[in-house]
Amino acid sequence: MKEYFFDCAVIGGGAAGMAAALEVEKSGFRAVIVERENTLGGILLQCIHNGFGLHEFKEELSGPEYAGNFSEMIYASGVKVFLESTVMEIGEAQGKIHELYCYSAVYGVFTVKAKSVILAMGCRERNRGNIGIPGTRPAGIMTAGLAQRLVNIDGYIPGKEIVIVGSGDIGLIMARRMTWSGCKVHAVIEIQPYPSGITRNIVQCLEDFSIPLYLSHIVSSINGKDRIESVDVTPLRDGIADEEKTFRIGCDTLLLSVGLVPENELSRKAGIRLNPQGSGPFVDSYLMTSRDGIFACGNVLHVHDLVDFVTKESRTAGANAVKYLKSALSARQYKVVSGSNVRYVVPQKFNFEDVSQFYLRSMIVKNDAQIEVKINNHLIKSVKQNHVQPSEMISVSLKKEELAKVTSVNDPELEISII
Amino acid sequence: MKKEYICIACPVGCHLVLEEKSKDDIKVTGNRCSRGESYAREEYSEPKRTVTATCSADNGRIPVKTNRPILKEHIDSLLKEIYSINIDTLVERGDVIIKNYADTGVDVVATGSSAGKIKS
Ligand SMILES: Cc1cc2nc3c(=O)[nH]c(=O)nc-3n(C[C@H](O)[C@H](O)[C@H](O)COP(=O)(O)OP(=O)(O)OC[C@H]3O[C@@H](n4cnc5c(N)ncnc54)[C@H](O)[C@@H]3O)c2cc1C
Ligand code: SF4
Repeated sequence: MKEYFFDCAVIGGGAAGMAAALEVEKSGFRAVIVERENTLGGILLQCIHNGFGLHEFKEELSGPEYAGNFSEMIYASGVKVFLESTVMEIGEAQGKIHELYCYSAVYGVFTVKAKSVILAMGCRERNRGNIGIPGTRPAGIMTAGLAQRLVNIDGYIPGKEIVIVGSGDIGLIMARRMTWSGCKVHAVIEIQPYPSGITRNIVQCLEDFSIPLYLSHIVSSINGKDRIESVDVTPLRDGIADEEKTFRIGCDTLLLSVGLVPENELSRKAGIRLNPQGSGPFVDSYLMTSRDGIFACGNVLHVHDLVDFVTKESRTAGANAVKYLKSALSARQYKVVSGSNVRYVVPQKFNFEDVSQFYLRSMIVKNDAQIEVKINNHLIKSVKQNHVQPSEMISVSLKKEELAKVTSVNDPELEISII
Repeated sequence: MKKEYICIACPVGCHLVLEEKSKDDIKVTGNRCSRGESYAREEYSEPKRTVTATCSADNGRIPVKTNRPILKEHIDSLLKEIYSINIDTLVERGDVIIKNYADTGVDVVATGSSAGKIKS
């Protein structure tokens, strides 16, 4: 079996993997990207709509353009790329060396050995099984992301009469895409009392086409024998299905946009500790997982809504992998916890020696909110946020001086809350 | 004449009401800042959108976009035009596919390269 040796091996060549690999290479270490598909770019390639890169490139790009900018940088750098190659398993470390077992239709079976590893495998979509809609099991039901791939990459339209479950951004974007492709989108059904996608998408993907959005409604049944023919939709009143008010919408296709979950399979098999709050691996202030020398960034760590944040986080992961290679990751780690109204905070550890960057998600929808950072009940930072909602990730950074206010406490624990 | 909009210029999403008493007397209310006012005026007088789509090509599809937002009223016919094209040459990201569509000053440009791939 062929073996390749690198300083750092990056699993996945999406926005996260490319930014991380460039950062490692820039510092003079040898990096490799192993990517399953035949092109670098990941999910960006199917997101042909506009809205990427306002922070990173100061202009609004489509997904393929954002990906193209980065893959050009990769090919101009010394980063080695294996396309059409899947990492099947992360083996046990041999001393300080990690082993990735890879399979490729092009290169056959090979092993990548590396002193450090960066996980950048992205996320996957929840499907019908995860949300349990009752009814028959006909054809014509798929995730919105799969439909996006079929339409935008393969040029194949999966149906004509569409209903979408879930008002996440992918579902909204697909409502517009299907309409622009000559299909009729009859409705978007959302169980929550508020939409889970951003306002811009509600306006430009639904209202522009007068597509009805049913908030606090569920799909109570899927009907049809071979192909889906209709769905039954039931309103919720105080969280309980008001069955008498059930109505039926005819359709030949049902798209599910009911959330994304980090791609945890490889990490789990590798014995990497996962965050119980349902996101990706548990990481310390260096974005290092529970396995020494293995880092994580991008959607595999937690689901991002802006690719610019993915890029930023992944550069940090790359830079930390470099420090690790130079044996310069030494700061003591302390605990980070989610306070009131916060679903999760990444990373789950902090230190007193570096700038700390936290990403968190709100559990509530609120205008004029306040983000509070406390260490053992001492308030060290408070930031005003015009608006918070679960679908918009919040970023908070802390300077060393801000942290220094409380270095003397015993057993420091940092808590971030939204009030 | 009264119209309602949700401002998309920032995540707050103010509910705006635009009222036209006469051509020179247009009032916007509900906005928390001035960006909401200009947003409502533009949505009222000349709403524009960036259009993205794909063209068929000899090997696979090429993603395209308008190089700037185009008036909404042109979108349906523009899409028809985009879908009627088959690209039989190699294109690079940034190449112009349709020049100055219907005299709007808007071009349609490729956002990806042929076969969607940049190979090493
Ligand atoms: C449908 C959708 C719409 C979005 N819209 C916007 C938007 O409008 N604006 C915006 O800023 N952001 C948007 N985002 C968010 C942003 O684009 C993504 O969060 C970001 O691109 C994710 O990058 P990533 O590298 O973490 O994951 P991915 O792009 O998913 O990359 C992961 C890569 O890893 C590869 N891989 C996985 N497992 C293996 C393995 N075992 N071996 C080898 N390779 C593997 C995959 O093939 C893939 O290429 C959107 C996201 C989605 C899903
Ligand atoms: S009016 Fe101002 S505050 Fe309100 S949504 Fe628009 S930009 Fe935001």
